Amino acid sequence: MSTNTENVEDLVRKEYEHGFVTDIDTDTVPPGLNEDIITFISRKKEEPEWLLEWRLKAYRQWLKMEDPTWAHLDIEHIDYQAISYYSAPKSKDDAPKSLDEVDPKLLETYEKLGIPLQEQKMLAGVAVDAVFDSVSVATTFKEKLADAGVIFCSFSEAVKDHPDLVKKYLGSVVPAADNFFAALNSAVFTDGSFCYIPKGVRCPMELSTYFRINASNTGQFERTLIVADEASHVSYLEGCTAPMRDENQLHAAVVELVALEDAEIKYSTVQNWYPGDENGVGGIYNFVTKRGDCRGNNSRISWTQVETGSAITWKYPSCILKGNNSIGEFYSVAVTNNHQQADTGTKMIHLGKNTRSTIISKGISARHAQNAYRGLVKISKNADNARNYTQCDSLLMGDQCGAHTFPYIEAKNSSATVEHEATTSKIGEDQLFYCMQRGIAEEDAVNMIVNGFCKEVFKELPMEFAVEAQKLLGVTLEGAVG
Amino acid sequence: MLKIENLHTKVDNKTILKGLNLSVEAGEVHAIMGPNGSGKSTLANVLAGRDGYEVSKGSVTYQDQDLLELAPEERAWAGVFLAFQYPVEIPGVNNVYLLKAAVNAVRKFRGEPELDAVEFLSLVKEKMKLVKMKEDLLNRSVNEGFSGGEKKRNEIFQMAVLEPKLAILDETDSGLDIDALKIVAEGVNSLRNKDRAIVLVTHYQRLLDYIKPDHVHVLSDGKIIKSGGPELALELEEKGYDWVKEAAA
Repeated sequence: MSTNTENVEDLVRKEYEHGFVTDIDTDTVPPGLNEDIITFISRKKEEPEWLLEWRLKAYRQWLKMEDPTWAHLDIEHIDYQAISYYSAPKSKDDAPKSLDEVDPKLLETYEKLGIPLQEQKMLAGVAVDAVFDSVSVATTFKEKLADAGVIFCSFSEAVKDHPDLVKKYLGSVVPAADNFFAALNSAVFTDGSFCYIPKGVRCPMELSTYFRINASNTGQFERTLIVADEASHVSYLEGCTAPMRDENQLHAAVVELVALEDAEIKYSTVQNWYPGDENGVGGIYNFVTKRGDCRGNNSRISWTQVETGSAITWKYPSCILKGNNSIGEFYSVAVTNNHQQADTGTKMIHLGKNTRSTIISKGISARHAQNAYRGLVKISKNADNARNYTQCDSLLMGDQCGAHTFPYIEAKNSSATVEHEATTSKIGEDQLFYCMQRGIAEEDAVNMIVNGFCKEVFKELPMEFAVEAQKLLGVTLEGAVG
Repeated sequence: MLKIENLHTKVDNKTILKGLNLSVEAGEVHAIMGPNGSGKSTLANVLAGRDGYEVSKGSVTYQDQDLLELAPEERAWAGVFLAFQYPVEIPGVNNVYLLKAAVNAVRKFRGEPELDAVEFLSLVKEKMKLVKMKEDLLNRSVNEGFSGGEKKRNEIFQMAVLEPKLAILDETDSGLDIDALKIVAEGVNSLRNKDRAIVLVTHYQRLLDYIKPDHVHVLSDGKIIKSGGPELALELEEKGYDWVKEAAA
């Protein structure tokens, strides 16, 4: 028993592979947060007055709020005045028109991550809006998308080029003062992605954004807004890695999705931010607010996430099922290793009639990690015949980690059907031995068993993302076999 | 091929095997019989290298190498196969996928090129017939939702695909009805050849009605107390284990 446990622990000790820092001059403001800094950000980005006002309003509300403490997380006090709220690559004044103009070092960074833009440009089907620190520097496939009438650009561009759309939908799903981190984001967000799919259009390719935190001590505050107009369809991929750092880096993104009548949005995330070293030093704090609004009848929003990184993850991609017959889905794999902590889950708010939601959550904890699923299923008074199915499975590796499940169910309509299933299992020494007896080396066996555990979620991911996710799980949980 | 000398093994600090000797040559089928708690499964697990089985004395030589020095997967690469008494379920892992990984791990060790999906499937199709495996079991998760008989059949199917040199079958007959037992036995018989040794670990004689062993050994209290030909099994069936124990005492 004991030796095998140690072996399992060796396996999960593999160090973060994407730890390197790109050396690019950044244009960074001094640490601290006040109305001047917010005004500076807004001016720097040449924003209209209404947006500055919106930011300042959010900031003033944020000042009155307190860090949330209800999550099953052990968070050191964060000094928000010690964070620098703006950082951009210097070349932004003459923004590159094509990949050739992009800083070669930047391209190198992507290549180290295995996502060479040059190749991706040729790989039909994926447009990339790459966010490097806080400003988008490369956008591809814009023309092809434009032909279809799809708008896919950085948030800053959207503010300039499509102010009416931004003004109409910004904050309409996640209000500026929704929660502590959302309010902070609303005040200081620097960039992100904007996407609009017009009526009846099926987006001709999967839209993809690669995020990467680079400058040290710079909080990242991404803002993503996706609007799917009536009867449109879009699949959006978000993937990220970060260089190795000692300081804890704060990340508080906001993602808003709006699906109008008959529209469908599929949002997939593979998150691999630096989790800290094996003693828990360093690592990203990931406090994200993601929410989708099924605003129209028969609309559908599906969240799929594979979370392997970050020191602390606080994230609940949610769906508001407002339209009748609308569908919300949440498929999640959350891996925590070493001293990582995750408190993640979803909220399904059933407001319309015949609304349906599905929640499949797979939590994996290794070594000293803590993994919590927290989910709310709320059936309102008018949501006749609403249905929910929830399945939460936890897999433990070693005997010092923890898995916790906090399901909340509020049903105010007696015609609702709510099902909840939960299991916790330990990665079996019997399973490992069985695979090894068949000639499969221990680390491959662990990988195989873990991937099997996550299968129901991986099959929801677009093909290339599923492959990446499996690889990532391998990197996260494997190591040199002891 | 396999030489076990004076093997002593502890499990949870309790000595189970107490000086076991056994010699198996290529082409032979040996049956190890014995009452519950005599150490049959311990022997099977020690040979396969399961964690928690501590060898305190003695040696095991397999094809001129010290078997006990090898990790479980290295033993598999060297041709040692264990058909499990209780095959484990691995949810989400496709049965064929596991087997392909296993076959290619062995081939890689031998310096042979890995089989691609097409080559592997034709191998699988051929071997399925040996144990009358139902095709839908191939693409299900490993042993998940399999009946007792299907699990045991799957073990022999894996053995057929992996073509081991030394196969240890741990209570392969337990939990099988007579039809399933016949199918499994036929599968095993078809895998008998002059290069392969098979060690059957069993409590009951009935498996030996279908798989005829060359040698039968009686294991009692961690030692082999009597060896003989197939007729020994019949005698045991008739007179029970106490008779041998008394004779040996």
